[in-house]
Amino acid sequence: MRRRPFLALFISPAVLVAAGFLAAMAAILQYAFLAFIPGELQPGGLTLANFREMLKPLYAGVFYDTVRICLLTALLSLLAGYPLALALVRARNPYLKSAILIISVTPLFLGEVIRTYAWIVVLGNRGFVNGTLLWLGLIERPIPLLFTEPGVIVALVHVTLPVVVIMLAAAISHIDRDLEKAAATLGAHPLRVFATVTLPLSLPGIIAALTTGFAWTFSAFATPQLIGGGRVNMVSNLVYSLGFASFNFPFAAALSLAGLALTALALAAFRLALSPLHRIGVR
Amino acid sequence: MILAFRLLVLLLLVFVMLPAAVAIVTAFDSRSIIAFPPQDFSWRWFHRALSYEDFRTGFANSLFVAAVASTAAVVIGAMAAYAIDRYSFRGKATLEALLFAPLAIPHFTLGLGALIVAAQLGQARGWAVVILAHIVLVLPFVLRSLYISLRNTDPRLELVALSLGARPGRVILTVTLPALAPGIAGGWLFAAILSFNEFTASLFVTAQRTQTLPVAMYNYVREYADPSMAAISALYILLTTLVLVVANRFLGLGRVLGTEDARH
Repeated sequence: MRRRPFLALFISPAVLVAAGFLAAMAAILQYAFLAFIPGELQPGGLTLANFREMLKPLYAGVFYDTVRICLLTALLSLLAGYPLALALVRARNPYLKSAILIISVTPLFLGEVIRTYAWIVVLGNRGFVNGTLLWLGLIERPIPLLFTEPGVIVALVHVTLPVVVIMLAAAISHIDRDLEKAAATLGAHPLRVFATVTLPLSLPGIIAALTTGFAWTFSAFATPQLIGGGRVNMVSNLVYSLGFASFNFPFAAALSLAGLALTALALAAFRLALSPLHRIGVR
Repeated sequence: MILAFRLLVLLLLVFVMLPAAVAIVTAFDSRSIIAFPPQDFSWRWFHRALSYEDFRTGFANSLFVAAVASTAAVVIGAMAAYAIDRYSFRGKATLEALLFAPLAIPHFTLGLGALIVAAQLGQARGWAVVILAHIVLVLPFVLRSLYISLRNTDPRLELVALSLGARPGRVILTVTLPALAPGIAGGWLFAAILSFNEFTASLFVTAQRTQTLPVAMYNYVREYADPSMAAISALYILLTTLVLVVANRFLGLGRVLGTEDARH
């Protein structure tokens, strides 16, 4: 259509929404470089003090923990999500397909609070795991699972898994099955077909799943807050407690900004690390 | 080998369902602490959860915010998706990038930014900031759903209607809009569910008066350890599963989420 009827009417509301989003981001950028005056909600003048503060071992340590937890969670979600995605795409029975789809994606729509609460019930000292093991007489004392890093990671994998399954399934569903059939008729073992045809062709999905898994984990708040119980802290928890316990909005903004830079850096690193695979013709 | 793969998939599905199942079982335990294995069957935590004031107002607030934010997002998103898909205009790429950018921004960062802006405008305790934040967060999902619908409709139908003498407004109302109906319905449903469940950004931008249900539940988990929260989780899980099963039946969840190739 060369004419563009109603163009201004159609895009102005979206432009307003985009402007609101930009204003929020601009506020983060602005506050990150303002001084915090204890006891005051209004920030002071321009300063780099917030970023100097961040280099202290206490805060640098949280950044290090966050990156480690995000990486581990993304990798574990990929390992757990791949078989689910493969089963989802390749299931022949439509009811089985629907069941796998609904079970895999329901957690996505339950929200972080309910999922995290459910994991407290599973991991607690008298929760499902410890309660069952005690009842069976396999242990004498509860094993600490809550307030530990492995506990946080298990719950985070559960939070990230649905998105990873969706991304992987989208990629696997685009694979031309004739290629697999060709490999099979030429005598390749099913495992070999998977390793040399299916897996490489699903690589775009794997990259998307890893990056999204990393970013999602980074933005998780309720899970590390409630399951970590103050003993496992991620950047999100630090931002919240600085904003709402000490009303230090400038430092909270600076941490958010550093977090954004860190995620961007990590995602760029993923792409770079996987770029040799692009060159050998895997798209 | 096929058997081993099936077993692995089954185990993974159990892992996905385990927390929900455990929470549902706990909800019926009569004791006021969470302990396994459960003992007496009771409905008392459901009574307590349903009569708890913060849950009741939180539920009403969440319904209000989700209804307003998802409806606004669908109207804004449908118009924008159409313009972006069919027209070319200056700043199109920038606008599209800005509308999808919230997907890449952690919700706590967005919530903090929105709170700072709202505080500067003296609106930190109002509904506007909550609803606007939710619109920003759900719009990418609405746009995605509409793009799929737009790609599946033939723009030539509109040209035919135009060449037969229909005015552009009439073409959009009688040709384009009906063709986009599945995308609008799917986008609206996802926006409503996501908004109803949004937690982290809401924690930053809600006040006591505007507190949504997820925020009320979070505060409850921090304060109390009784299974009321398990009871409300059980209700939530059943309701959400029901909505998804119905959505799958009528909209085809796989197509909306993009896990199914439309060509097959």
